[in-house]
Amino acid sequence: MTLAQRLKEPKEGSFREVFKYKDLLVQLVTRDIKLKYRRSFLGYVWSILNPLLIMIIMAVVFSFLFRREIVYFPIYLLAGRSMFEFVNTAVSKSLNSITDNTSLLKKTYVSKFMFPLSKITASMVDFVFSLGALIIVMVFYSIKDGTVLFSPWNLGIVPVIIQGYIFAMGLGFLLAQLHVFFRDIKYIYNAVSIMWMYCSAIFYDVGMFYEKAQEQLTSGAVPIAQYLAWIIERLNPLYIYIKEFRFFIWAPMAGELPAWAVPDIWDVLLGVVYALLMFAIGTFFFRRSQDKFILYI
Amino acid sequence: MEEKNTPEYIIELEGVTVRYNKASEKIDNLKEYFVKLIKHELMYKEFLALQDIDLKIKKGEAWAIIGTNGSGKSTLLKVISRILKPYRGTLKVNGSIASLIELGAGIDQRLTARENIYMNGCILGYTKKFIAERFDEIVEFAELEDFLDTPVKNFSSGMKSRLGFSVATMVKPDILIVDEVLSVGDVLFRKKCENKMSEMLNNGTTLLFVSHNMETVKKMCNKAIWLNNGKTVMQGDADTVCAEYTGTIADKKAKEKKERAKKEAELKKQAEELAAKRKK
Repeated sequence: MTLAQRLKEPKEGSFREVFKYKDLLVQLVTRDIKLKYRRSFLGYVWSILNPLLIMIIMAVVFSFLFRREIVYFPIYLLAGRSMFEFVNTAVSKSLNSITDNTSLLKKTYVSKFMFPLSKITASMVDFVFSLGALIIVMVFYSIKDGTVLFSPWNLGIVPVIIQGYIFAMGLGFLLAQLHVFFRDIKYIYNAVSIMWMYCSAIFYDVGMFYEKAQEQLTSGAVPIAQYLAWIIERLNPLYIYIKEFRFFIWAPMAGELPAWAVPDIWDVLLGVVYALLMFAIGTFFFRRSQDKFILYI
Repeated sequence: MEEKNTPEYIIELEGVTVRYNKASEKIDNLKEYFVKLIKHELMYKEFLALQDIDLKIKKGEAWAIIGTNGSGKSTLLKVISRILKPYRGTLKVNGSIASLIELGAGIDQRLTARENIYMNGCILGYTKKFIAERFDEIVEFAELEDFLDTPVKNFSSGMKSRLGFSVATMVKPDILIVDEVLSVGDVLFRKKCENKMSEMLNNGTTLLFVSHNMETVKKMCNKAIWLNNGKTVMQGDADTVCAEYTGTIADKKAKEKKERAKKEAELKKQAEELAAKRKK
């Protein structure tokens, strides 16, 4: 086979095979979105209303709990939560995607990447819908404060979303294949995702840790808070995406920014590296074990 | 190596072996896995569902796959339709496959007939445009014009199979895989399906047919492969293989009958002896 031919015809079981099934991807994604709101009175409006309601509750609760003031806290909160929910639902849905499509896998040949991929893509579409909530809140504050809070900067979220999508694919593929062999993964992930949420600075800010570290240093104690901040900022790829996402949505309206809110070159690099690395790991293990799925489902 | 434009064989299997793990317990959680790992009990009882199957099928041939239950017939079909990857050996298929075994494998109960036609077509690897062009034809064949926007969960089983059959045969496939127990809808619709199938066969589609009925096999197929315990017993001309198969089955039955008679006689003898002893 010549090289041109080989490029044109993806190998059976490779990730590139999904491009052959792109129409199926569209079908699966529209099915998921359609079915999600079928027979509900408000339908797609829930994609916007749901995050909005949760934001209102969280904003009220946390403005009582924390004394620290974060400007435009509802927007800060909503931006962080939307991004987190996008990756989290994408991963937790793709976890079950192979085990839920048993009947199909046992009867026809389809690129197995399609199942997690469709769940992750559906989550992304849902996330894009939910940005409507963000727009509503921003319009609300624009009117309230008499200034336009929108800026061309906002478009910077597009590459951030793509990074999150690629990262979610990697993690989704990895866990989906593992879940076929060990059904415990679902429960482990449920617990881990809660920890992950608390480590993603959704309703607090990392600046809090730095202030605490300053206190600890002046009192001569070990600056544990600083290590915590480092872990969140450097080892949690999702926080990097949240930070970048906020940088393009919330930061332009927040005026002069504290240092913790501005992504530096390391954040950008790490974010990209984490996404690509996760994708490579995920597809590698998925490819390696996909032929054995049929024996375990 | 340069590939020929028209390969000699449409399906080529060489030394295909399929292995299952027949371990007594299925391990699907981490705790069990580690416990067994530590205890060195991660045993692997291998079970070969197919062993060194060689099969070469030319375009336009009609092959029957015969054998008793559990002889590996469905496994062979699964390998050919790429659902199961062989543990050893190679498989080459040069054409599209329509499988009429599990009709409506991809049917989603929650979707409507219209949505299901598109979904199923896409699963089979067709583009949306391609399906749209044939949409009316499919609906007409399935006789579901009035139920297009009804969720499939409200369909009768006959309607579902009709939908499945129409989607699976929307394009003339190069290879058609049929199970004997293809009972689709009512008599009229079954006739329609049979007509469509024979039309395909006349147009040069290759047939793979699973059956226990030797009469149908002889009628429909010109070649046959006989499997037993995952191994090929015989392959070749349908009439010869069928004759041999029926012969062996008859022999086996006769043998069993003989043995049973023998055993019964022995039992009777023992009972008589016992009775005689008691009398004494």
